[in-house]
Amino acid sequence: MHTPLIQWVESQQLRSDIPNLPIGAQLRVNYRISEGEKERVQAFEGVLIGKHGGPGRPTSTITVRKVTQGFGVERTFPLHSPRLESVKVLRRGRIRRAKLYYLRGRAGKKARIQEKV
Amino acid sequence: MLNGMLGRKIGMTQVFTADGQRVPVTVVQTGPVTVVQVKTTDKDGYESVQVGFEPQTKAKKVNSPMRGHFKDVPPMKVLREFGVDNIAQVQVGQTFDLTIFAEGEQVNVSGISKGKGFQGVIKRHHFQGGPETHGSRFHRAPGAIGNRTFPGRVFPGKRMPGHMGDRRVTVRNLKIHSVIPEKNLLLIRGAIPSHTGALVEIRKQTARPT
Repeated sequence: MHTPLIQWVESQQLRSDIPNLPIGAQLRVNYRISEGEKERVQAFEGVLIGKHGGPGRPTSTITVRKVTQGFGVERTFPLHSPRLESVKVLRRGRIRRAKLYYLRGRAGKKARIQEKV
Repeated sequence: MLNGMLGRKIGMTQVFTADGQRVPVTVVQTGPVTVVQVKTTDKDGYESVQVGFEPQTKAKKVNSPMRGHFKDVPPMKVLREFGVDNIAQVQVGQTFDLTIFAEGEQVNVSGISKGKGFQGVIKRHHFQGGPETHGSRFHRAPGAIGNRTFPGRVFPGKRMPGHMGDRRVTVRNLKIHSVIPEKNLLLIRGAIPSHTGALVEIRKQTARPT
């Protein structure tokens, strides 16, 4: 769909160090945040519930969900951002759909995802 | 130095800055352009440089009068005039490329906007329209367009439904995100008029006479 020139511009933006991230996996995302003057790396650990934007596109993002103190927290990270320090797959999940939005309506034991072995 | 350049809009995408900000950019394949004619105050009454863009490869598209116009340079598909810093330094046949632009510079971009067809006043002139429900019988119509016996006519310029788009539009103060001379590509921050593949004019912001 995109012209070769757009593809070329986009290819300059892509990072090659991003591992394959399967939906439903438990991820640890290390993201650089700036607090005032200082910069530090913040880790966000949760379930990968969705990916947006096709492969080879710098616009692609991942949505990671975790539950802290009873509150669901979701963060969307630009996958090719220079602020993204690293992403690690901690555990793969057995799931049957591409977007795990159904987890939002669930809590406790029902919100678990079986590990894929 | 030429104060403008011609290009073709390639499309939009997104790039990252070094500190991780996402920037929406339009990719424009820009230049090179060749000087076809130098207009001087003595001869033409004003100073300007006519440049050609994209070589014309089909001989039958260049008619006899135009062949005379292109006697010193290869025939071009598009001709446009731009201002120039110092007219004395410009010669016919000279080429300019996109390195006349600097990263971070602000430019004005002109193009032919996308045609929207025949549109009503709400889309075309941002009229408010009426309520959709609660017994309202006034929805998207323009409403009253004038007074009564006096003046007995509708004033010229009254905003009404009609053809929208497909006209020349200029967007000012767009920032150049990056200049890529190897591929003749400009990345301009934000959107520019025209559909993809269309001709656009990118002009530097020169000091306007006060």
